[in-house]
Amino acid sequence: MTDDIQKLVNVLLNGLTQGIVIAAFALALVLIFRSTRIINFAQGSQAMFTTYLALTLLNRDFPYWAAFAVALAAGFVIGAVLERVVIRPLEGGMELNIVIATLGLYVAIQALAAILFGSDYQSFPSPFGMTGFQVGDLNLALTPTSIFVLCTVGVVGVGLTLLFQKTQLGLTMRAAAFDGEVSRILGIKVSHLLTFGWALAGLVGSVAGILVATGTFIYPSYMETLIAFGFIAAVIGGLDSPVGAVVGGVLLGLVNSLVSGYVASGLVTLAAFALLIVVLLLKPGGLFSSTTARRV
Amino acid sequence: MLTITDLTTSYGPVRALDSVDMTVEAGRITAVLGANGAGKTSLLRTVSGLVRPSSGTITLDGTDITGAPVESMVHRGMAHVPEGRGVIAELTVEENLRLGARGAAKRPSDAPAPVRTLDDAYQLFPVLGDRRSAQAHTLSGGERQMLVIARALLARPTLLLLDEPSLGLAPRIVAQIFDLIRTLVADSGLTVLLVEQNARSALSIAHTGVVLNLGKVVVTESAEVLRNDTALRHSYLGF
Repeated sequence: MTDDIQKLVNVLLNGLTQGIVIAAFALALVLIFRSTRIINFAQGSQAMFTTYLALTLLNRDFPYWAAFAVALAAGFVIGAVLERVVIRPLEGGMELNIVIATLGLYVAIQALAAILFGSDYQSFPSPFGMTGFQVGDLNLALTPTSIFVLCTVGVVGVGLTLLFQKTQLGLTMRAAAFDGEVSRILGIKVSHLLTFGWALAGLVGSVAGILVATGTFIYPSYMETLIAFGFIAAVIGGLDSPVGAVVGGVLLGLVNSLVSGYVASGLVTLAAFALLIVVLLLKPGGLFSSTTARRV
Repeated sequence: MLTITDLTTSYGPVRALDSVDMTVEAGRITAVLGANGAGKTSLLRTVSGLVRPSSGTITLDGTDITGAPVESMVHRGMAHVPEGRGVIAELTVEENLRLGARGAAKRPSDAPAPVRTLDDAYQLFPVLGDRRSAQAHTLSGGERQMLVIARALLARPTLLLLDEPSLGLAPRIVAQIFDLIRTLVADSGLTVLLVEQNARSALSIAHTGVVLNLGKVVVTESAEVLRNDTALRHSYLGF
């Protein structure tokens, strides 16, 4: 009986931790999609690259938080530079051109990382313990590291919410995302905001990249599972809703964990796609899509 | 205030504006009239910088603004109310207004303006005050028109560009909005460049009328003359 409870609690806890990391990555995708209607396929590669930067610093005995901060700053700068140098010149043409460019970046950044950092598995340390807490007779799958993960994504979520809802910058970003031309008429420099949006997405993606690596191994393609799950979570949430990305991520994490714990771990990917199909059949725009508001 | 000289705007091989010359005098309402496709909206979009002209010049208060980016116009004292109202539907009434007020930041603080704060806007349009937290897509057509006019005024413009404010509105609301524009101009010295298909309503408040046909200016006259010129009204203005 206790075993059953322990298993259920731990499956849910695992699902929550996995889901919140998926949510963080999905947030990065949504940040770019809502302002440009483009899926950035290179998001995972950018995050992988900045995680390698952090690891390089950690291997040179920099403090964890310094490495963390540098990775985030690098994510921000890389996002802005890619938007200015690669994406901006393609604007005005077919949207597909930009999508293909992000696919190219996805491959190119991975190759660059393999050249610079090697393609071996390297362990990425955690700043906190990895042993689960014990409550009475229960051995929980909740570790100090997973609490760190939950709190970090919580901070990112609250920070983005405050940015979008409470600041002038956030208001102009939303305006630019919904109606670029009217925003320009109102004097908003939409093109600067696009760059800032890519930079912000790069930063949030870097957070996800580090969190998924924490306490485990990294290699140039270690983000691939997260990329797939992040896309699914973002689509489930409606692709342009930050809240939807978080809900989609947590939902997907829980479903994955339940399937892996009670059915078979080999069916996780299948279950993720099944969830995607079910959600899209019931709500074709995703759970939190704002597109209905436009159909006036 | 606004001087347009030999202005030509083309979309590919199509000339939307063909050597347009006109002036908009300060503190007055200038109405640009003409049928659908005459080039009225293209004129406003070129003046506000959304479209680059292929030739000609636009000067605002003596400064050449031809080809200046549209984002800079608010700071130069020009506010454009686009065709089809241009509310940002997903944002609330208050957020739309805050975006307008943001444009006033780089305006001289002593610029005469009838609407300086959000409260002024709510006083001018009480219906907006009642619905300040509502998403703009829930507003009626008339309320949306009031919202975009209030939003434009919050940027403290000296020149207001209005594109078809009467479009799709009930005659009673049209009368109310035109009345408001007339009062604003009379009381605050605002300058208005008004584009309208509804020539009768536009001429009722305008000082000067410019008739466009196929991208060319065919008549520039005082509104009073246009109102009384039956032949012209029949051939170009449809009333």
